[in-house]
Amino acid sequence: MLSPVLCSDLAALEPEYTEADVISTVEFNQTGEFLATGDKGGRVVIFQREPQGEYNVYSTFQSHEPEFDYLKSLEIEEKINKIRWLPPHNPAHFLLTTNDKTVKLWKVSERDKRAEGYNLRDEEGRLKDLSTITTLQVPVLRPMDLLVEASPRRVFANAHAYHINSISVNSDCETYLSADDLRINLWHLNITDRSFNIVDLKPENMEDLSEVITVAEFHPHHCHLLAFSSSTGTTRLCDMRARALCDQHAKLFEEAVDPSRRSFFSEIVSSVSDVKFSHSGRYLLTRDYLTVKVWDLNMENKPLETYQVHDYLRTKLCSLYESDCIFDKFECAWNGTDSVIMTGAYNNYFRMFDRASLRDVTLEASREVCKRRAVLQPRRVCVGKKRKETDVSVDSLDFRKKILHTAWHPKENIIAIAASNNLYIFQDRMAPNGHHNTPEIQSAPPK
Amino acid sequence: MAGAEGDDSLYPIAVLIDELRNEDVQLRLNSIKKLSTIALALGVERTRTELLPFLTDTIYDEDEVLLALAEQLGSFTVLVGGPEFVHNLLPPLESLATVEETVVRDKAVESLRKISQEHSPVDLEVHFVPLVKRLASGDWFTSRTSACGLFSVCYPRVSSTVKAEIRQHFRTLCSDDTPMVRRAAASKLGEFAKVLELDYVKSDIIPLFTALASDEQDSVRLLAVEAGVSIATLLPQEDLEALVMPTLRQAAEDKSWRVRYMVADKFSELQKAVGPEITKTDLVPAFQNLLKDCEAEVRAAAANKVKVFCENLPEDSRETIIMTHILPCVKELVSDTNQHVKSALASVIMGLSTILGKDNTVEHLLPLFLVQLKDECPEVRLNIISNLDCVNEVIGIRQLSQSLLPAIVELAEDAKWRVRLAIIEYMPLLAGQLGVEFFDEKLNSLCMAWLIDHVFAIREAATCNLMKLVEKFGAEWAQNTIVPKVLGMANDSNYLHRMTTLFCINALSGVCGQEITTKHMLPVVLKMSTDQVANVRFNVARCLQKIGPVLDSSALQAEVKPVLEKLATDQDMDVKYFALEAISVLALA
Repeated sequence: MLSPVLCSDLAALEPEYTEADVISTVEFNQTGEFLATGDKGGRVVIFQREPQGEYNVYSTFQSHEPEFDYLKSLEIEEKINKIRWLPPHNPAHFLLTTNDKTVKLWKVSERDKRAEGYNLRDEEGRLKDLSTITTLQVPVLRPMDLLVEASPRRVFANAHAYHINSISVNSDCETYLSADDLRINLWHLNITDRSFNIVDLKPENMEDLSEVITVAEFHPHHCHLLAFSSSTGTTRLCDMRARALCDQHAKLFEEAVDPSRRSFFSEIVSSVSDVKFSHSGRYLLTRDYLTVKVWDLNMENKPLETYQVHDYLRTKLCSLYESDCIFDKFECAWNGTDSVIMTGAYNNYFRMFDRASLRDVTLEASREVCKRRAVLQPRRVCVGKKRKETDVSVDSLDFRKKILHTAWHPKENIIAIAASNNLYIFQDRMAPNGHHNTPEIQSAPPK
Repeated sequence: MAGAEGDDSLYPIAVLIDELRNEDVQLRLNSIKKLSTIALALGVERTRTELLPFLTDTIYDEDEVLLALAEQLGSFTVLVGGPEFVHNLLPPLESLATVEETVVRDKAVESLRKISQEHSPVDLEVHFVPLVKRLASGDWFTSRTSACGLFSVCYPRVSSTVKAEIRQHFRTLCSDDTPMVRRAAASKLGEFAKVLELDYVKSDIIPLFTALASDEQDSVRLLAVEAGVSIATLLPQEDLEALVMPTLRQAAEDKSWRVRYMVADKFSELQKAVGPEITKTDLVPAFQNLLKDCEAEVRAAAANKVKVFCENLPEDSRETIIMTHILPCVKELVSDTNQHVKSALASVIMGLSTILGKDNTVEHLLPLFLVQLKDECPEVRLNIISNLDCVNEVIGIRQLSQSLLPAIVELAEDAKWRVRLAIIEYMPLLAGQLGVEFFDEKLNSLCMAWLIDHVFAIREAATCNLMKLVEKFGAEWAQNTIVPKVLGMANDSNYLHRMTTLFCINALSGVCGQEITTKHMLPVVLKMSTDQVANVRFNVARCLQKIGPVLDSSALQAEVKPVLEKLATDQDMDVKYFALEAISVLALA
């Protein structure tokens, strides 16, 4: 199991922050060299890993602006809901970002040369005396300081009537999907004026509405497979080869609920808030309010493994419902070898589960405990009396501090944890270049 | 002001060069489009040593600028000093061939293909082939995809050692890790096969084709179908069965509907490529399956090909095959659950009548036409009506008129104005085929009703329709049937309808001729010049301008001139404007 150590100090120095600074998504690129975060203010920050292992800000740009839909009289928030990196094309980097309505394709590129020499002006920009111009001058390129530019390449708009919750790039590298509450659309990355609707859950009469799509994701290798999950706790696997419309699923992953444990909250807590295919493509990881589950694609009737994230909240669902916390959408992540899974919880805690040893750990990402180069100490939440001094009682958990967004480096034991406006990057203390064997923490101020 | 003589000629070029770096994209684009002017001014030497190196590194620009640059460079050979120096164009095109934007890359490849022809065989091996190899082994998929399009242009002109290397590179790209490169290779496979020696087609291309056609990615497999068609045309008939058909058969039954769709879409090309025997033994059953496919998109694509497929069947067995194999499937498609399938079929089904002849049409096809004419989807009915001429040639349209009329009436009154618009456009055709009598009896009232439709586009189309009808049936018919009705609308209480009268007169005066225009239409127009709505009055002015050339000069002077002069003093400025315009155009001042 991982023992995380802060790997570089990027924590917000200002304790004060505004709502717009709250991080709303975290995503590593395919190699793990870059990490992108999006926030509620529509900004995207890209971090690059330095040779020493620390992540530093590489580029920051405003991806989305607040808008107003005049036809529906609706405000459209600028909040970045999801970021997905495209597989590398050329030395530039490409990523898709989305808010509730519009997906954008951004290019982040470097420039280190500048053209010099004008015919009609001197280098300061003053007009030259025309009589001095006797020959033509072709501009020449000279080296300059590295400049990182982000430019919008495509805008995929006007295809969603509801809020976009997911985007996912297909393994064919030319298409991607965008999913809202009721529909999933398929886009070609080069075509912005047209998309194909492949899943539509909208009933004829909205009063018959019984479920909404919560997440959708493409299979990492098979271009024809996609999974989407719903608010009823089911996850469906669709085969795009079979039909143009994927309303009929190929497989339905659903666990029968024990009728004796049914309550008013059963359906709410079973709503799937995140789905991730394993890197191998064999398993699905789903997160609901209280658990993370690993499903084998070949077994639909029950999960292979179920891990309790914070079972101690089972008795507090009523107050969590009243505070709306029960609707929080926690994400989950696999490590590079699919052997460990990670997901967030309250009180700035996050959980890791080792699938082989069945060991699990609760860690805290907060400014107070994350000291540079210090190994994170495991936390324990107790329901009754404290057994140890460091134990935390359920009643003292801070439900405003939640870790919803986490990401795991695709190959190494480096994890990124977003806690409100803070980004913490931890790495295993035993770095591949051979120091020790516990993850360290690095945390990042978004701005 | 510039004093020296040279400066005057340098100045415009200097501006163009400076604007290559202007902040305004439009100005940069203008400069790039005049790149040949710049190069001409610089001379071949400086173009090679200064301009091209600068352009090679200017690939940060907007796509439209890069696209223009890629295009310009394709016809730059003369400007760098002719074929001897053409290889100087390779570096900028090479960097353009690696940008992420597909249209720019494609244009760069197109230009590279173009200038490859201007290389001498030696230069091709010394300069061009190394570029192709660099692209083919580039780190990024963008350069490798560009390489795929360049093999076929250099292959025929290089030595056999280099040929072997080129084949090897192409093989490597066909099994590239990224699907983008495999797609690019698959889409160029047919083209590459065409320039290869037949033995290598068999030994190299066939295995590649087989591999790509069973790629794990649907998007690669579907491109292999098209390659299969090209390869099939290259092989002698006796090899087709063993080398190509197993793969094509597999594609027609692929698990992915997108691949089957591609087979359906390329079916006529495929049919031509494999010849009559294989068509009979293999393609007919395959086509039947596609027509019965479980995915509607595939059925629609296949339905679209029904006519062409039947036309190209070998003559000796054509009728038997259609009657026993194709027609039963077609019958099922007529009542398909999907409207796109039905409408695809409706757009071609009428064409079968010329192939099958009168008796079969009456016995087998007519019932199908009648069913489709009653289809719930307007597009299906429209597609049938728009193709009536094919049937007309074989059995005459009368057989259909009983069912045709209700279908037309229903479309004419459809709630969607685009549907109404579509049927109006077929009216002249229908009128021609059904004859004056039938038209007057059944359709005339429809045509008049459209004139007062609440959508302008319909009223406009209806006006144009009247003109076409008069062209068909003559001025006398017009005078008896439509002119009175049109002129009657001049007294309508709705000013929009009064304007329709004017628009109709605009359209009809030419085809009706001087007499009707002067005797019947002109008085009405002149009377409307006192209309209380300004829009009507200025349309009177426009109408007079339009019909003026049809009138004789006495009518112009005596009747039109006073009215226009009065309108020219109207208090509404638009009326004044159009009145004055008419006076000047008709030379009445």
